[in-house]
Amino acid sequence: MDLFEYQARDLFEAYGVPVLQGAIADTPEQAEAAAAKIGGTVVVKAQVKTGGRGKAGGVKVAHSPQEAREKAEQILGLDIKGHVVKRVMIAQGASIDKEYYFSVLLDRSNRTFLSLCSVEGGVEIEQLAVERPEALAKIPISAVSGIDKAKAVEIARAAKFDESLVDKVADVFVKLYQVFEKEDATLVEVNPLVLTTEGDIVALDGKVTLDENAEFRHEREAMERDSLDPLEAKAKELDLNYVKLDGQVGIIGNGAGLVMSTLDVVAYAGENHGNVKPANFLDIGGGASAEVMAAGLDVILNDPQVKSVFVNVFGGITACDAVANGIVGALNTLGDRASKPLVVRLDGNNVEEGRKILADFNHPLVSLADTMDGGADAAAELANR
Amino acid sequence: MAIYLDSNSKIIVQGMTGAEGMKHTQRMLAGGSNIVGGVNPRKAGETVTVDGKDLPVFGSVADAMRETGANVSVIFVPPAFAKAAIVEAIDAEIPLAVAITEGIPVHDSAAAWAYNVEKGLKTRLIGPNCPGIISPEQSNAGITPSNITGKGPIGLVSKSGTLTYQMMFELRDIGFSTAIGIGGDPVIGTTHIDALEAFQNDPETKAIVLIGEIGGDSEEKAADYISKHVTKPVVAYVAGFTAPEGKTMGHAGAIVSGSAGTAQAKKEAFEAVGVKVGKTPSETANLMREIVAKL
Repeated sequence: MDLFEYQARDLFEAYGVPVLQGAIADTPEQAEAAAAKIGGTVVVKAQVKTGGRGKAGGVKVAHSPQEAREKAEQILGLDIKGHVVKRVMIAQGASIDKEYYFSVLLDRSNRTFLSLCSVEGGVEIEQLAVERPEALAKIPISAVSGIDKAKAVEIARAAKFDESLVDKVADVFVKLYQVFEKEDATLVEVNPLVLTTEGDIVALDGKVTLDENAEFRHEREAMERDSLDPLEAKAKELDLNYVKLDGQVGIIGNGAGLVMSTLDVVAYAGENHGNVKPANFLDIGGGASAEVMAAGLDVILNDPQVKSVFVNVFGGITACDAVANGIVGALNTLGDRASKPLVVRLDGNNVEEGRKILADFNHPLVSLADTMDGGADAAAELANR
Repeated sequence: MAIYLDSNSKIIVQGMTGAEGMKHTQRMLAGGSNIVGGVNPRKAGETVTVDGKDLPVFGSVADAMRETGANVSVIFVPPAFAKAAIVEAIDAEIPLAVAITEGIPVHDSAAAWAYNVEKGLKTRLIGPNCPGIISPEQSNAGITPSNITGKGPIGLVSKSGTLTYQMMFELRDIGFSTAIGIGGDPVIGTTHIDALEAFQNDPETKAIVLIGEIGGDSEEKAADYISKHVTKPVVAYVAGFTAPEGKTMGHAGAIVSGSAGTAQAKKEAFEAVGVKVGKTPSETANLMREIVAKL
């Protein structure tokens, strides 16, 4: 889960990382009031989770509350790479002497943490890594010992900070690692970290990604989330593992890998049937009870783009007869709301019993497929009718 | 022969007395696994009877190993306590620990892995968030159905549980030496490369199926490893060609970030080293069938 910049700023502040004053505003009036409260020159910054805000006109300097209001008017509602700006942050202005870069992140490839640091900040770090790799220090961080003061000093020196600044930035690195560790983040990035003309080190812009698997051990105040697609929001309420896509064949399966594979197989089959594509990812997991199946079918059948549905289940832990009963129960529950053809492929545990249940049910919308590829083809063909 | 797990394996279950632990202990026993006990500090000294077999419950992995000679632990402990369970298995230096649990915070998995490295990697960790490992007709440590197929010449390593079952089912007429699900989390113990190395060294394994999915660079690294170290035939399958960028597809690790971790890049990495990649699980199985026919 990526945080908005203002959420990252607030987290930094809570851990004693030096940040400037900042306040959020959803209207030009709020922006004006926030700018008046902060005083002096402010920066009006679009709160969207994508890069290149500055170039897209989403970051503007304002020298008065009135000007902050005007800039906010220009920025609110702006579409930045598909993200519509609904909120701005009014940030205190800073007089910048130098810009640096610091991050700590999960390094999947090496199964450890990694800190990246450079005295050439303010630029795209991917670009710096390619063009001037020697300017980017990469220091592996142990997930057991983390970044203590000594490690922070090592990072600062490796990044070639001026010796007079090493102690000062190292203190900030230690605090940023506290954010990373205590908040269960997979990324904490500050770009730029700046040296002000007054000689202070300040985190000017931050990016934080939190691990959703760790949310059970954090009591966070209700946080602004990305606005979800309405079907995704409904699926989330029903506790379904659902991702909306842009196709015509609704997909239900068990297990993340098999469902991903089902999407691909449907897309290949679609090449022969008017290029129909999968409409969603939906993993109903191990249980596949009638309730879960009904909830899943309900979400999928409510997607106006869906023309057919492919249910692809390999009964491992789940027995196919339970899945078949789930489908029967779901269709009985849904009644007339079930209006689109379903192709069902069952294999594995108790497959004969499962197929018999569906054959006996003899529902006009349900057909059985012998194989995954065959089922995908049949569902794609139905979606293209 | 097989890799990591065979008929000599003596298995304990951490979290045996929980609902998931009990269900799968019963399934593993029914599938022929030699389960010798369970671990739950609060129920140490009790005995649990599963399908007529009395299984002692121990207070720690170390106690269970000392009393039973166990050399494999399967972990069904809930996410909040899984790190402690894995660390306990590492401290006891059990040769193989299989962490089935899904939803473990990645800081915990990373810390457990770092701890294992510090301790000299005396424990082979499989998972977390995986179906475990099965050597058909010998032993099953995890949640893979035991009855899909029997013993045979194919080794299988996969990031996904249900695709493991699907592939075993597709190739049920040929059979498997060992099938190992390494898990779909960002940080896992045993990797594609580890399994490739073991299959290469296992005389019973004649050919290898590798299943990958979007996210990370495990498949790219595996392709490089195959080109340098694997002489046995390998076919691959990669899931997630239609996955959109920036969305987690079920598995915590299954996410395309920017241009990194795409299925297309993984497919190209395999093909660049001469490994054929099936478009569907069935096509992949057919590629393997052709190879086995020529063995």
